[in-house]
Amino acid sequence: MHPAPSVIFFSVFSGVGFGLLTFLGFGVPHVFGWNAFVFFVIAYLCAVGGLVASTFHLGHPERALKAFTQWRSSWLSREGWCAVLALCFMAIYGIGLVFFDVRWGFFGVIGAVFSIATVYTTSMIYTQLESVPRWHSPGTPAMFLSFSVAAGALLAGEIHAAMALIAIAALLQIALWVVGDGALEASGTSLATATGLGQNGSVRAFEPPHTGTNYLLKEFAFVVGRKHSLKLRVISIVLFAVIPIALLIAPFSHWLVLLAVISHVAGALASRWLFFAEAEHVVGLYYGKR
Amino acid sequence: MTQLPQTTARKLGLVIDLDTCVGCHACVISCKGWNTENYGAPLSDTDPYGADPSGTFLNRVHSYEVQPEQGTAQLIHFPKSCLHCEDAPCVTVCPTGASYKRVEDGIVLVNESDCIGCGLCAWACPYGAREMDAVEKVMKKCTLCVDRIYNENLPEVDREPACVRTCPSNARHFGDFADPDSNVSKLVAERGGIDLMPEQGTKPVNKYLPPRPKDTLSEGAGDIDILAPYLEPVAQEAKGFLGWLDKTLEKL
Repeated sequence: MHPAPSVIFFSVFSGVGFGLLTFLGFGVPHVFGWNAFVFFVIAYLCAVGGLVASTFHLGHPERALKAFTQWRSSWLSREGWCAVLALCFMAIYGIGLVFFDVRWGFFGVIGAVFSIATVYTTSMIYTQLESVPRWHSPGTPAMFLSFSVAAGALLAGEIHAAMALIAIAALLQIALWVVGDGALEASGTSLATATGLGQNGSVRAFEPPHTGTNYLLKEFAFVVGRKHSLKLRVISIVLFAVIPIALLIAPFSHWLVLLAVISHVAGALASRWLFFAEAEHVVGLYYGKR
Repeated sequence: MTQLPQTTARKLGLVIDLDTCVGCHACVISCKGWNTENYGAPLSDTDPYGADPSGTFLNRVHSYEVQPEQGTAQLIHFPKSCLHCEDAPCVTVCPTGASYKRVEDGIVLVNESDCIGCGLCAWACPYGAREMDAVEKVMKKCTLCVDRIYNENLPEVDREPACVRTCPSNARHFGDFADPDSNVSKLVAERGGIDLMPEQGTKPVNKYLPPRPKDTLSEGAGDIDILAPYLEPVAQEAKGFLGWLDKTLEKL
């Protein structure tokens, strides 16, 4: 799959933002006034910034409001609803904390539930696609949720929780890579089933339908950088898990936590780039590619 | 509405005969022609005469080589367009309701004025049947020539998809799969029509007829054609003037 920068930024930063909002909604950290204001600004910048980035890959962003109509069947539509509801409930909750020094727990808990639901619906957009066997697994939402909650804990300043959650995210990520490498074979889809010619012998793509490239090849048969995938996996794990955990073990300092956050987000971006670049769409089989 | 209908009154679709397709790409061209000039946004080309040409097509013809365990390889031309699946994954993922499957005839269509160009339907389709138009920024797909098959301004013979109408080797057939007596249902029954990627659970309406086994070439020198005795040369020796000339020149 083509790793579009807008979608990578969107999914990482909205994950971070909604992860932090989830913690804030449950009253962690217990902050009021200006302190709360700073936390909410960071969370909203990430969450809203991510959502805005996601509209950059649309062909017709001016029609984006229509995407709220199909929540009965479409995970993308459900994601839109969850995000808007989460931001609305958390805004009311945040106003209480910042301006009135009161914690309207009802709004916080509802907002937190919709925040985490946003991350889940984002992951389901990818998980639902049977055409991309690497994504079509319960491991995908588990990985998205663990990254989001880990980043939320880190930004909320919950050091011990953050260390544990980052370690869980790293383990899930490694498991997903290992399982994902065999997902296309395990799906049973091959050039033989794609063409129905398997009974007659071994099938080989002989001639593509066109001499140049096309939308399908650009969007689905992205192979640039796959040969570096092992190196990138190591770089990603070191950045999002090893370095942040090491910095958090060291005596507490705001600067070290800031460094840990930057390293974690950089590693998460690398991981998300791999999530797209390594994913094989079965349409590639028709072109003899994967 | 992007929820799929429980059933459709008719199931219009294509049968594609891999035995007779000669890979001429006439269906590709007639499809592009009709669908650029008629319903919906035109199918654009980018850099068509330059070094890196690319364009939107609703139908493409691949070619595959099938190598049996023994014997010579067979080349199969393989046209591919939207299969108008009963359980179309492209429809349910659409967030705006632009993608839909018609209750009356099962055709999967895109309402281009509702399409936001997110591309998720093309991601969901395992067959590569949907292509985002690079100029119009909306999703394009086979309409089964919905603007031909019901078009009373056309002569009746032309009321079928452009690809079917143009195919010079009759490798494409159009009809209603819900009717067991239709031409397409009979073809599928007689020739063992198959689904592409059945394991994806899309229940495609379009069916493919597998290539028939080819005649085997006789092996070994002893085998000669039964007509061979009748094909022996009649004139063993040249006669007449040319015969005399041949002999005379031979002697020189």
